[in-house]
Amino acid sequence: MRRFALSALAALAFGLTATTPNAAEGPALPKEHWPFAGVFGTFDRGALNRGFQVHKEVCSACHSLSLIYYRHLAGIGLTAEEIRAIAAEKEVTDGPNDEGDMFKRPGRPSDRYVAPFANENASRSANNGAYPPDLSLMIKARKGGPDYLYAILTGYKDAPADVRIMDGMHYNEFFPGHQIAMPMPLSEGGVTFADGTAATVGAMARDVTTFLAWTAEPEMEQRKQLGVKVVLFLIVFSGLTYAVKRKVWADLHA
Amino acid sequence: MNAPEWKNPVVRWIDFRLPIFSFVYHELGVYPAPRNLNYFWTFGSLAGIVLVIMLASGIVLAFNYTPHATMAFDSVERIMRDVNWGWLLRYIHMNGGSAFFIVVYIHMFRGLYYGSYKYPREILWFLGVIILLLMMATAFMGYVLPWGQMSFWGATVITNLFSAFPLVGESIVTWLWGGYSVDNPTLNRFFALHYLLAFVIVGAAAVHLWALHVQKSNNPMGIDTKGPQDTVPFHPYMTVKDLFSLSVFLTVFSMFVFFAPNFFGEPDNYIPANPLVTPPHIVPEWYFLPYYAILRSIPDKLIGVLAMFGSIFVLFLLPWLDTSRVRSGTFRPAYKKLFWVFVVDCIVLGYVGANPPEGYFLILGRLATIYYFFHFIILLPLLGWFERPLPLPTSISQPVLGGRTAATARHMEKA
Amino acid sequence: MANPAHSATSAAPGHDEGETRRDFLFLATAAFGAVGLGSAIWPFIDQMNPSADVLALATTEVDISPIAEGQSITVKWRGKPVFIRRRTQAEIEQAAKVQDSELPDRQADASRVKKPEWLIVVGVCTHLGCVPLGQKVTDPRGDYGGWFCPCHGSHYDTSGRIRKGPAPKNLDVPDYVFLSDTNVRIG
Repeated sequence: MRRFALSALAALAFGLTATTPNAAEGPALPKEHWPFAGVFGTFDRGALNRGFQVHKEVCSACHSLSLIYYRHLAGIGLTAEEIRAIAAEKEVTDGPNDEGDMFKRPGRPSDRYVAPFANENASRSANNGAYPPDLSLMIKARKGGPDYLYAILTGYKDAPADVRIMDGMHYNEFFPGHQIAMPMPLSEGGVTFADGTAATVGAMARDVTTFLAWTAEPEMEQRKQLGVKVVLFLIVFSGLTYAVKRKVWADLHA
Repeated sequence: MNAPEWKNPVVRWIDFRLPIFSFVYHELGVYPAPRNLNYFWTFGSLAGIVLVIMLASGIVLAFNYTPHATMAFDSVERIMRDVNWGWLLRYIHMNGGSAFFIVVYIHMFRGLYYGSYKYPREILWFLGVIILLLMMATAFMGYVLPWGQMSFWGATVITNLFSAFPLVGESIVTWLWGGYSVDNPTLNRFFALHYLLAFVIVGAAAVHLWALHVQKSNNPMGIDTKGPQDTVPFHPYMTVKDLFSLSVFLTVFSMFVFFAPNFFGEPDNYIPANPLVTPPHIVPEWYFLPYYAILRSIPDKLIGVLAMFGSIFVLFLLPWLDTSRVRSGTFRPAYKKLFWVFVVDCIVLGYVGANPPEGYFLILGRLATIYYFFHFIILLPLLGWFERPLPLPTSISQPVLGGRTAATARHMEKA
Repeated sequence: MANPAHSATSAAPGHDEGETRRDFLFLATAAFGAVGLGSAIWPFIDQMNPSADVLALATTEVDISPIAEGQSITVKWRGKPVFIRRRTQAEIEQAAKVQDSELPDRQADASRVKKPEWLIVVGVCTHLGCVPLGQKVTDPRGDYGGWFCPCHGSHYDTSGRIRKGPAPKNLDVPDYVFLSDTNVRIG
């Protein structure tokens, strides 16, 4: 019977790994080390703040972040005052007012992130027909997650001689098909960090990836911290129930 | 065995009019369980508890979910971000679906190995297969609800399966869609049906238990219990065993929920549904992959669909296809090996289902599909004739007699 | 329920000690299980509380400059109507001179307003939640010149206090601040 159990477990484990699709799309992504990965992973606060700045000054010019509300920014450690100021920088369409007209007002913390374009069509028309996707869930919506995003942001290269790049496209080592409509978004020193971190392309890519990992999974730290407690509790509980089972069955196996 | 004299007057008052306490006492208290049940027999009660977890988390998710094509995706993300503990409830439900299938598949393979589908438990087995079909329908519709890319295209592909049937096919598809394509009406009715079918599963599970308690549990030896010396009362023996099993299950389950909640998911389902773009690589959830492989291994649309449904319906014929009179694989040397070949075949089908239907995978998928039906339709009937089973023990308690006589004797005294 | 395991060991020598250990184990497991189950239920309860997005919208800013004396407006706050009335001098006096003994729910008018001219109350009858009449000039305002709830006949005065009828309490005064002379934030 034990053999049956073991082989069943092995079969199950094999089944699980076997079902993970392994269709290769583009070259293998370099594995980065992310402090937020793993069971005890947490977001680096400095990286979150710098990433927020990179997103604000670079990405948000074309990409929306529609699942984030300004009030959510409390999650990366901004104060209520800072959030109010950030929201107020944007114009939000509200209304109708008493005359029935829509009007503009400064943003509030309870507002959704203001998108750079009114809708997908406006966005395409302003971006040469390409649609810059929403970034809120980017980390969860791509195979490889943070590694993929980091690889894309740092993967711009001169095209090899035998590759013809179409008009308005750019060569990227890690983008499926290698031709990406987005021009290289990050450039050395493109952002000035308040904490004095040197704004290299790699550093900015890391930070903005961290920020977008947070926008994709703002619950992550709470989830993992609770998870550690729950799993430890259940391991102890399993030990207890096993002891109870042994005691109850003791007289049958005497 | 008579119900005990209930001491509490309220209990006695109720029990006289509606004997629920006596019922619980008989079915969960003194129900005679074969004493040699191994841990694979705990997966039945585990499946029941997973069903309860799914209902509880599903109902509270429905409190917060909006079944509308333009709002569903955002409402799920609102649950993840703004609803108190929403992320936990949603991840429990999401991973609970996978857990349900893992538990039920192990439960079914246990039934296959130990011949639990044979006389006199055929109806018990049918009910189990019906529960599996209901689970598949429920899981499929549930997967549509977040309205991501995989939801939408999964719904499109699976509903289109029905168009393969001649005459009625097109009508069925239109009825499912409520329009010209998968759209808001589809989402609405899938939500209603997802909620409904969950409770139909509860009903089917209750009847499944009823049938179980008529003919009682099979056991690893596959021989009938001969008397009280072969059984133990369900409580406390099986309840504590099930409880231990449950706590181990919950430990593993929690690791997925808290540390790898998207392990079973597809990144594409975090992209909102877009009817104009199909993702390059669409796959169903892992628990459908073997059937998906069978579907794709056949180049004809109708026959492919029939083969896929047939892979489940063949299970209804299993009690007659298996001609051996010995239940347990323990005493069937050839079947024991073929069982594992069959398990591997199912895993191969799952592996093929996860990969594009090209070249090597296509051939492998075809071979595995042929073997799947060959196992049921050719191997099992012939095996009953040619296999020489090992001698069966005369009773459950007999082979464990040595050194344990005392315990058995004590047990008999009390019985 | 009879526990066969229990009676089985009772004949063994020195069973008292084993018995205690066993009981302790059972109790500890039961306690653990109860704590676990109890904690697991909390998320299922707490999800019914207002979510973060609902809480975030819990304040409303209102421009009160267009309201003329004697007029009222109704604004929506937390899904409920809030009555903002710019009271006339007569209404203010009428509200102020009421004796405590005349009131079922004793509250001075001064404690219900921040500026006597502006009365801000939640427009939900404290009986069973209907919206009282009295906002429009043509509405019946009840016997005390405030509001009248048509559902079950509660009369409120010019301070929004209950005077007659089944309602037990005065109309609620929400938290609010005057951001300026013409702007008020409710909540």
